[in-house]
Parts: sequence; C-alpha cells; structure tokens
Amino acid sequence: MNEELQPAVTALKERFDARAEEFRGQTTLFLPSDQIVEACQTLHDDFGFDFLEVETAVDYWPKQNPRFHIVYQLYSIQKQLRIGLRVPISGQTPSLPSLTGLYANANWREREIWDMFGIHFEGHPDLRRILMPHDWEGHPLRKDYPLGYEEVQFSFNAEEIDQDKPYAKE
Amino acid sequence: MGIEQKAANLGFATMRLEQAVNWARTYAMWPMLFGLACCAIEMMAGQAAKHDMSRFGMELMRATPRQSDLMIISGRVTRKMAPVLRLLYDQMPEPKWVVSMGDCASCGGIFNNYAIVQGVDEIMPVDVYVAGCPPRPEALVHGILTLHEKVRGESLKTWA
Repeated sequence: MNEELQPAVTALKERFDARAEEFRGQTTLFLPSDQIVEACQTLHDDFGFDFLEVETAVDYWPKQNPRFHIVYQLYSIQKQLRIGLRVPISGQTPSLPSLTGLYANANWREREIWDMFGIHFEGHPDLRRILMPHDWEGHPLRKDYPLGYEEVQFSFNAEEIDQDKPYAKE
Repeated sequence: MGIEQKAANLGFATMRLEQAVNWARTYAMWPMLFGLACCAIEMMAGQAAKHDMSRFGMELMRATPRQSDLMIISGRVTRKMAPVLRLLYDQMPEPKWVVSMGDCASCGGIFNNYAIVQGVDEIMPVDVYVAGCPPRPEALVHGILTLHEKVRGESLKTWA
C-alpha cells in the first residue's frame, strides 16, 4: 500500500466499520451503506480527496450475497493518490444515501446506476433514467435481466424469422 | 422523319419527362446530416476531398429534414433514438429516399441486444443497404450510385 494512504485508511478503520483490501497496489475499503457519506466527507475534508473519479455498481447475483456492490474511487489532485470504496448492498430495490451533496459529478453517475441497476439514492435531486427511454421497464444491467437478443438468421430459419419481424411499411 | 429528328435539326434536345425528372432528382439530391456513430466518420470522409460526394450533387448536407431528399442513416440506432428518427423521416418532403449505411443500420450489426434496433427497416422503408463496418467511402459512393440507378428507373407515379 502506498504509505501516504495509510493515515487515511487508519482513520477510516477507527471511525467506521471499514475493512481494507489491497490488490496490486490498489487499496479498497468495504463500508456499510449508512456510513458512506460520512466516510467520504472525512476523506474530502481531512485527507484532501476532492475528486470523485468513479461511481458505478456491480451485480454479483447469484454467486454472492449481498448482490450489489457500489464502487467509488476517490482521487486527491494535490497528493495524486487514489482510494477505492465499496458498499455491499442487497435487495430488490436497495437504497443508500446519495453523494451529490459532496461531489456534484455524482449526479449523473447515480442516475446511471438507478437506470441500469435499480439502486435508489436517497437525497438525489433528480433521480430518473438517463440512458434508457424514460418509460422503459426493468433495469438492464442486472444479471437476471434477459439479454434481449434477436435470433440469428441462418439459411434454414431465415424465412420464419422474417415473417415475425416487424418491418415498416411506409 | 420523326419529330425528334426534326426538333434536333432545329436545335432542340428531346427526352421523356420521366427521364428528365429522374435525371434532375439524381443530380441534385441533398442528403440530411444524420451521422449517428462510427459510420458518420466514413460518411464525412466520403464528403471530403478524396472521395467527393459533391460530384454527385450532394454538395451540402442539410441539417434540417425539411430541405433534404436523402437520409443516410449511418450508425447504430438505439431504441431511445428510434422515435426521433421516425419523426425526422416524416418531416422530410417527398420525394425522399433512405440509404442504410453500415451493418448496424441494416441489421443491428454486432449489437444483438435490448438497446439497439435490429435494422432500421423496422422503422422506415429503406431503398439501398450499404454493408460494411464501417463501409469504406468508396462503398458508400457505390451505394449512392446504386440509388441513382434506382431513381432513374422510377416512374412518375411513384412520387406523384
């Protein structure tokens, strides 16, 4: 682990229930969902992590429970340090507090997570779909969402597929 | 002596009205600026100096559908974009033609999933399909020439 990160990691381990993991020089801290905003506030104010680089989610269904991990990556522009945070969360419509009060660019990222995974963010000013059409049902990047592909037309089934396919007439 | 030869001796060139109309439509077809994705780059390359589409009358690409004749759909069409595309197609005045450029516009390309329309002919009638990912500018020019042949063969009743 980068030695300059050590004070930040130690502080977070003391104040919150953080568990640290390190892989190939990258440090990741696992936090519960109700402490994430305070942890990011601490990192922002006391340790100078002023840039939210990454905020995405992963779905590990059905292999892992809890199913979703929300992944954050904070960067300190002054010290050039990166730290990763993960929040494991589960449920059909899970919910956790939003980081928009702290980092303004979390706005669209959380909208994307809502659109693709169905994870609700409390305190988000404008949580609606951003990539899919606004009246779309379902959250596409969940592992139990169907792939939605069309059957490939080979020579033996081309005519059958052709008859069912909706062509525009005029 | 037929009337054509008589008129030609007097200095008049004669042709059928259908031929004249189709010739005019072919050589002044203004495409609509509709580049969606990577194929748009090849369309721009087709419009640029080396492969010049303004040789065929497509000097300007109109951004407004109200003043364009041809819609070259270059790129993937998402389900979110599909109603917009249909709206723009409906806003074009007749006569109008559609060239589906590239694999994604013709059949969905490599993207066989929930988000991409599997071929733009699910939304609008297409005249010429140009295959390629992306098609070279020469392939697009070949598609335009195929469209020209199609237009030359049209009768007046098609758009009357």
